[in-house]
Amino acid sequence: MNILVCMKQVPDTTEIKIDPVRNTLIREGVPAIVNTFDGFALEAAARLKDKDPDTKIIVVSMGPEAAKTALKECLAIAADKAYLISARAFGGSDTLATSYILYNAVKKIESIEGKFDAIFCGKQAIDGDTAQVGPELAEHLGYPQVTCGLECERNGNSLEVLQEGDVKRVIGVDLPCVVTFTKPSFDPRFPTIKRKMAANRAEIPVFTDADFADIDVERIGLKGSPTKVKKTFVPQKKTGGMIVNEGSLEASVAKLAQLLSDAHVI
Amino acid sequence: MEAMTKDLWVFVETNEDGTAKNVGIELLNPGRMLADKQGGKLVAIVIGSGCEAAVEDAAAHNADQVIVLDSPEYGNFTTDAYAAALSYLVEKYGPSSLMIGATPNGRDFGPRVSCRLKTGLTADCTSLDIDEESGKIAWTRPAFGGNLMATILCPNTFPQMGTVRPGVFKKAEPVAPHAEVVREDFHVAPEQIRTRLIRIVEEDTDEVVDLEGADIIVSGGRGVGGPEGFAPIKQLADALNATVGASRAAVDSGWISHAHQVGQTGKTVAPKLYVACGISGAIQHLAGMSGSDCIVAINKDADAPIFTVADYGIVGNLFEIVPMLAAEIQKIKG
Repeated sequence: MNILVCMKQVPDTTEIKIDPVRNTLIREGVPAIVNTFDGFALEAAARLKDKDPDTKIIVVSMGPEAAKTALKECLAIAADKAYLISARAFGGSDTLATSYILYNAVKKIESIEGKFDAIFCGKQAIDGDTAQVGPELAEHLGYPQVTCGLECERNGNSLEVLQEGDVKRVIGVDLPCVVTFTKPSFDPRFPTIKRKMAANRAEIPVFTDADFADIDVERIGLKGSPTKVKKTFVPQKKTGGMIVNEGSLEASVAKLAQLLSDAHVI
Repeated sequence: MEAMTKDLWVFVETNEDGTAKNVGIELLNPGRMLADKQGGKLVAIVIGSGCEAAVEDAAAHNADQVIVLDSPEYGNFTTDAYAAALSYLVEKYGPSSLMIGATPNGRDFGPRVSCRLKTGLTADCTSLDIDEESGKIAWTRPAFGGNLMATILCPNTFPQMGTVRPGVFKKAEPVAPHAEVVREDFHVAPEQIRTRLIRIVEEDTDEVVDLEGADIIVSGGRGVGGPEGFAPIKQLADALNATVGASRAAVDSGWISHAHQVGQTGKTVAPKLYVACGISGAIQHLAGMSGSDCIVAINKDADAPIFTVADYGIVGNLFEIVPMLAAEIQKIKG
């Protein structure tokens, strides 16, 4: 089985702080990591390979040269080969333009690695949080999709995906397909020292828009993006919350219950 | 390029019993305001099977028109059938804008529709307005785990699309219906639906956890200290007839299942009352619950960030406070 995992290098949003004076995000010094959900997608691919060692796992990322670090981490964990998609012309792409570029990347990488049976993505990136690129990539490819997968198994010419929801469902989906993954009940594997060393030495081919024969440049980058960011701002913190302190805990708790009752929330 | 009409569409997702999901009806409320400002009709799109209840619900919530697709293939959600049906309707009627509830299904098929129509989609919006300058819809949404808000426009393509977070808008009071009901006939052949439900997995846990639909949530975090620490949390939840939630710290420690997790890697919730017990309030947790109507924080650390979003807080030991609060509430409820 031939699997492509799409990965985004993202700032670790748990480390992001707000500049209290300028009221803007402080991005400097924030570590860049493999998007958490993409790590779950890679783990799902690795589990398929555990069962069928003939499985080939390719990882692709669109981003700056620095994203090679994250690609190498994926190689160290489970991927067999990595590709970087990087060009100035891609900058400012929204989800529709990004998914279109990835679609072109899939076609290009398939010309080298053979056709992919499945394309795995994280449910969403933890910086943008849109959860749109996976389904949009599936649409460009004309493939069926399952979103919010937890784990999956191969069954003949289909995948059976355990899908998160109000109840968990097992969804059968024909290959080739796109599956997006969310947090499973198990922890993804860690890289071994041996794989880490090999990953550090790995060559990562880089493709630009010039490598995509059929790409329509009107559909990429800021210009090719139908959505435009009008403004960004740091959300107003709610202030004036009331600390209930009536001297003793008993009195405070009674007061709190009364306040909630008066406010008709209980 | 211009849209064929000035109409604003709200997709009203249906449950398997043919009733409307809350978020679709909620969206008719800001939808009315936006449609009036743009000078177009407010149209509810109901897709389902045996979904007359949802049609009536939409009509009673101020829609000018309800377009219905009622057929067995829409009874259980599939990406392929819903994407084909909604794309068909948009191409036939040409709305100016289209809002979809940011439910798991809405976020699954919404991007397929926008991509098929080559238009823009703004994800998981929490605020909606008209941009004065352009007259377009201003879609505002959180990013970076709730650290940053962005206002997005879709200036040149139609329809302008967005998914909108459930629970952010309140349902309007029902009115005497005036909607024109249009029944459409569009079918998706079985072979065009490329996914199938194989089985529903019975949870090994006691019950199904419906955080998104809960009116009241009582959550425990690192401060509960272990699986047995959730006992007082459950006790308070029982007293309030509430659902039990948890922070990532509690879930990652294995004290409670992931189904209970609230926050960026868990569920986004907006109940009437959210009680956070022993939760410090990491930004990822706040991103998942700060839209709640009323937030109560119980924490022994007076400097915990959770108090910055709380309406009411008590500083102290949760193992003392929580059982006391449960008893007080039972007293008030009689």
